[in-house]
Formats: sequence, structure tokens, C-alpha cells
Amino acid sequence: MTNEQMGKWQTLFHPSDPCPRFPDPYLEFRMTHTDPLVTVEHLQKYYPVNQGLFAQTRHYIHAVDDLSFQIGRGESLGLVGESGCGKTTTGKLLVKLIDPTKGHIYLGSNGSQTDIAPLKGAAVKQFRRRVQMIFQDPYESMNPRLTIYDTVAEPLVVQGIGTVIEREERVAEMLALVGLTPPASFLFRFPHELSGGQRQRVAIARALVVQPKFVVADEPTSMLDVSIRTGVMHLMSNLARRLDVTYLYITHDLAVARYMCHRIAVMYLGKMVELAETEELLQHPQHPYTKALLASVPVPDPSIKRQAAEIKGGIPTPINPPAYCRFYERCLIATARCRDDAHPPLADKGNGHSVACYAV
Amino acid sequence: MTDSISTTQSLSRESGVELDLLAREERITPVPLWRVRVKLWWRSARQNAAIFADNKIGLLGLAIILLFGVMALAHPILMATVWDARTYDPITGYSFDELRQPAPPSARHLLGTDPLGRDVLSQLMYSTRNEFILGLLAALITVTIATTIGATTAYFGGVYDMIFMRVADLIIMTPAISLLIVMCALFNPDLPQLAVVIGILSGFGGTTIIIKSQALSIRVKPFIEAAKVAGGGHRHIIMTHILPNLLPFSFLYMMFGVTAAIFSEATLSFFGLLNVRMSWGIMIFTAQAAGYLLSGVEYWWLLIPAGASITLLCSAFYLVGRALDEVVNPRLRKR
Ligand SMILES: Nc1ncnc2c1ncn2[C@@H]1O[C@H](COP(=O)(O)OP(=O)(O)OP(=O)(O)O)[C@@H](O)[C@H]1O
Ligand SMILES: [Mg+2]
Repeated sequence: MTNEQMGKWQTLFHPSDPCPRFPDPYLEFRMTHTDPLVTVEHLQKYYPVNQGLFAQTRHYIHAVDDLSFQIGRGESLGLVGESGCGKTTTGKLLVKLIDPTKGHIYLGSNGSQTDIAPLKGAAVKQFRRRVQMIFQDPYESMNPRLTIYDTVAEPLVVQGIGTVIEREERVAEMLALVGLTPPASFLFRFPHELSGGQRQRVAIARALVVQPKFVVADEPTSMLDVSIRTGVMHLMSNLARRLDVTYLYITHDLAVARYMCHRIAVMYLGKMVELAETEELLQHPQHPYTKALLASVPVPDPSIKRQAAEIKGGIPTPINPPAYCRFYERCLIATARCRDDAHPPLADKGNGHSVACYAV
Repeated sequence: MTDSISTTQSLSRESGVELDLLAREERITPVPLWRVRVKLWWRSARQNAAIFADNKIGLLGLAIILLFGVMALAHPILMATVWDARTYDPITGYSFDELRQPAPPSARHLLGTDPLGRDVLSQLMYSTRNEFILGLLAALITVTIATTIGATTAYFGGVYDMIFMRVADLIIMTPAISLLIVMCALFNPDLPQLAVVIGILSGFGGTTIIIKSQALSIRVKPFIEAAKVAGGGHRHIIMTHILPNLLPFSFLYMMFGVTAAIFSEATLSFFGLLNVRMSWGIMIFTAQAAGYLLSGVEYWWLLIPAGASITLLCSAFYLVGRALDEVVNPRLRKR
């Protein structure tokens, strides 16, 4: 796929378009065919809202509220949703950068699952070899005083993997893998001497250098120029296949999720409202919020009439949200039950499609 | 952990990725790593020097500091060669060939003599060394304490942070100079002791807060989280990520620290509170004790050389600090 083709596709995405991806065995993935690598159960993260030095905390930001899902081995799960809905928080919880308020995260298949919460000391280091993260901002996620070599070799050094010569070789291999060739010409440059796209490739190399099985990618392309975005996405899905990596791919761009992910989970104010295989979700969205998200994807062809947004009101705050459906205030199809009952659970509607809504 | 990862195995072998590019026996870098690092360090030092040199006030400051440095070094040489100790010793000398003390500048005494008949130029040069020792020692202690506390409190936070911040508040609330005056009156310290006291007061006080605020802005950068995800412990993160980004600021505040220390010493000496035999502050104190402080321009050589030296050296370190500020804060650069 040339850059022009991909660039064109980038701006021309619409749910009614055929899938932009080339026929590819990687995409024939079915969650049901594999065992889970990551299992999340009732995951919660509340942040206290401070109200002065001596006031007792009574208000909490419900950044992530009762998430349960699984990610299959080799799968790439997309996490989409508007700003502030808790995507990054979920990602950080999964890589143990922050600890959950409640809930469990398990790594591994059914028979031999490890709960990551109680891991300490050496076990955390071991865990860091299996789970890595790629950050959003390629300009801030690298220490400006370290060379590319030191940045990529850091996980190897802190984990005590290999000798100096072995590390050097591994780093060079990784740089070649992410398309920074010849590696020797990049090893001893500083981050500021690289372009945004090259830096993000370095960040990918750093995450993959310990050969992790699971990688959380937090909007890895959102800060990049559109013209180089597709190249980085292409690289990431290629590497996932070659190195057998499972992704949680966080993005707010449905077009990106469509290219990168086997399944897409839609989040709204800390809750997961819909989860389905990519094309299924895009062609047959069921939750009113997902429908609104899809309707908001810009259509470059002016002759196509744009659907009216099926949503009202603005984004409510995640501070002490109501017990009933989080989406109630903005929903056009809400019934009395939506107001009276608790937030709807994610219910399977068949075809691997789960929706959290009483009205559909 | 369920599936063990054989991390020492080569990626290319494990994943079957074709890497013709890397089909080689020799190392990627023909020279050892440490040589590359020295070279990189040297290059960045040269770049920083170029930015510093672009700033004329910084060069001016540096020139003044060098001038005083030469003066300090020249004094023992002059004493050993052309200046005979009986006449020119800064503390015990006496100029017998002047009829009246203090004598105005002459060919023998370029800056005249003081009320006790001692050569002013010799005193001035002799004191310079003390000022350097005091200023640099105090600033070094200040910055060492402030950097250690600033980096760790910013990183760990919590009770540890609170304790040091309350101590800093306490020190800042107390007027430093009156505290120093009381302390000197009680203990009558010599110069190194004074440097330690100033260093500790400033190190636990205002400088800590300034350096901590810098450390906080580094601590929230995503590369700290990236280091954590890489598996780095607290020590690794502080030593490899926070300190290297903090040290330029520490160095910068060291320059301002020198200024503050020299100024404090001058004030304390002027009140005769220090156990110091000769310094710029003592020179002014001597003139004042003999009643020449308010005599105006008539006895200018008793006041101007010492006063101007204090001002010049203090401003020189300040100017160097300002120029360094542009080196370490790229946002301040003009271009
Ligand atoms: N450390 C924190 N302390 C307090 N509140 C936080 C913290 N981190 C996140 N939050 C809050 O949690 C909510 C979710 O934040 P999060 O960063 O996960 O959103 P996001 O979906 O990643 O948004 P974006 O698309 O803008 O990156 C937000 O309301 C945010 O203000
Ligand atoms: Mg985010």
C-alpha cells in the first residue's frame, strides 16, 4: 500500500465504505478462536477531588468504572471514546503504572492466570518484560539527555538483560525492525535530532525490545502528521503479527481503530458501552452513543448528506456520576427504565456484539 | 509468570524476521561505548559554550571573574618576589615611608594605605582568594543539599516532602541576615564555618523550593512513566532521568548562590562579627572603625576598591548565571 493510497483512505473514511484494509490473514482473527491473554474484571479507578487541605474527600472522579473485558492472544483491541472518558487511565491500569481502586487484571490463559495487583519487586520486573506501553507524545516520552541507544536499551539495562555487546546488537536489530536504517546512524543521535515519526518508531522499538506479549498503545499516532501516521500504523500491525504481540490500541479516531483493530470497545465516561468486532461495530452500531460517534466522522464529499447527530447536550463531568445510565441526559431514545435502574450492564446481543443499553 | 520469554535469544532467530542488513560479525559501533559518550558529551559542551558565548553579558561576567582569579593567584607570587612582607603584608605590614596614614595612592602603593598603614592593593588581592573560597564553598553546599532534597521530595512526595517543605518555610520566614548576625555574635565563626552555615541555610531554604519546582516539572514528564514501564526502580529514575535534567538548573543556582554568600560575608564583616583577619568587608569595617566611612571622596581609596570589588564580583557571578539561564532554558533564547 503506498503512502498516497493510505493518506487518501485516511481522509475518506466513512462507515458505509468497504473495508480499506487489504485481504490479510491477520484480519481473519476471531476472538472466540483463541484463549484470552488479558482478563479484566470489574476494574475501577476513582480519583479523589481535593477540596482544601483539611476537608474530607467526598467527591470522586470515576475515571474508570466497572470495566470487564478480555483481550485474546494476538488480538488487537481498540479503545475509542471522547476525551476524558478514561482511555488512558485504563491503559495505565493494565500496565500497572497506577493501581486500581477495585477490580482485578489477570495476565495469561484460563489455566494459569496471574493477578497483576499483588506483584512486587522482582515479580514486577518480570511483568515489565511481558507488558509494555507506547505513549502518545513522541516529544515528551523520551529523555532529551539520552541518546537513542540509551533510550531503547533502557529496558534491557534496568532488567539486566544481556551484555553490552548483546544489547547493542539487540538495539540495532530493533531499530532496523522499526525502519530506522541504517541503525548505526541513529544509535547515537539525540531525540531532538529526529522527526516526530522517527521518534515514535524509536518509542515502538523501546517497547518491543524486551519482546513483550502485550502492549498498550496510547494514541501512538495522534500527534503525528497525517502523512506519516499511516506508515507508523502499518509498522505496528506488521510487528504485532511478526512478533506475536497483543495490543490494546487506544484512539479517538474510528478510522485508525478500523485499520488497527480486530475488535473495538467504545467507552463513555468510564463505562464501556459497546464492544464488537470492528466491521460489525462500524456497520451495525447499536448503542446511541456509538451511532453518534459514527455520525460525527467527517465526510469529505459534500454531495453526501450528513446525518444529524443523534445526541444532545454536552459532556457531563465524571465527578460523582448518577447511578442510572451515564448516557441518559444525552440520549434521544431513553425510556423510564433508563432513569430508574442502575447503569445497564454490557449484555451480549449475539454475533459477539455486546451493548450496554436498555433501549436496544 | 506463565510463558517464559527467552530474552537472551536473538530476535531475528526467534521470529524468523529476515535481517540481511544485520548479517554481520563485527560490532555495530567500531569504538567502545564510553568513547562515544565522551565524544557526545564534548560535542554538547561545545554547543552549550557557543550559546553561552553568544551572550555578551555572560562573557563580561566571565571576564570579571577571571580577572579576580588572576588577582587572587598573583598575590602570593608578588609577596614572594617584589613585595617585601614587612611593608606589604595585608595584615601585619606597615608602610614606614609614608608620613601620614592613610596615605593616598602613590607609585609605591597603587591604591594607597589604610588607617593602620597597610597596603590597600595587597589587602584587596589577598582577600579575593577568601571571597572565592567562601562563595564557591557556600554555593556548592547549598546546591548539593537543595538538589538532593528537591529531586527526592519532588519524586516521592508525601510526608517526606511535607517535612522538608515546612523546614524550608521556617528558614525563609526567618530574616536570614539577622539570623546570621545572631549566630555570628554567639559563635564567632571563621570563613569555612560561615560558608557551611550559609550553605545549609540557603540549601534547606529558598534554593530547595526553586530546585524542587524544577524537579516537579521533570517528574510529570511522560519519559518518567516510560522509565517505570521499562522496569526502572526509584534509584534508576532519579539518577538517570531526574538528576541529569536537574543539574543544569542546580549549576545555574550555584552562580546566584555565590553572589548571595559574598554579599552576606561583606555585611557580617562590616559589623565586625566574623573571625576573619582580612576580607573586603573587613577593609570597609577598618575604614569605618577609624572614622573614615563618612569622609566622602577625600579618602576614596579606603572604600571604593573594596566596595567596587564586592559589587563587581557579585554581579559577575549573577551575569554568568543569567547567561547560563539561556543555556539551560531554551525558551529564553533570543533566536
Ligand atoms: N492523576 C489524576 N488525578 C485526577 N484525575 C485524573 C487523573 N488522571 C486522569 N484523571 C481524570 O480521569 C478522567 C479520565 O482521564 P483519561 O486521561 O483516562 O482520559 P482519556 O480518555 O485518556 O482522554 P484523552 O482522550 O483526552 O486522552 C478525566 O476526567 C481526568 O480528568
Ligand atoms: Mg488519553
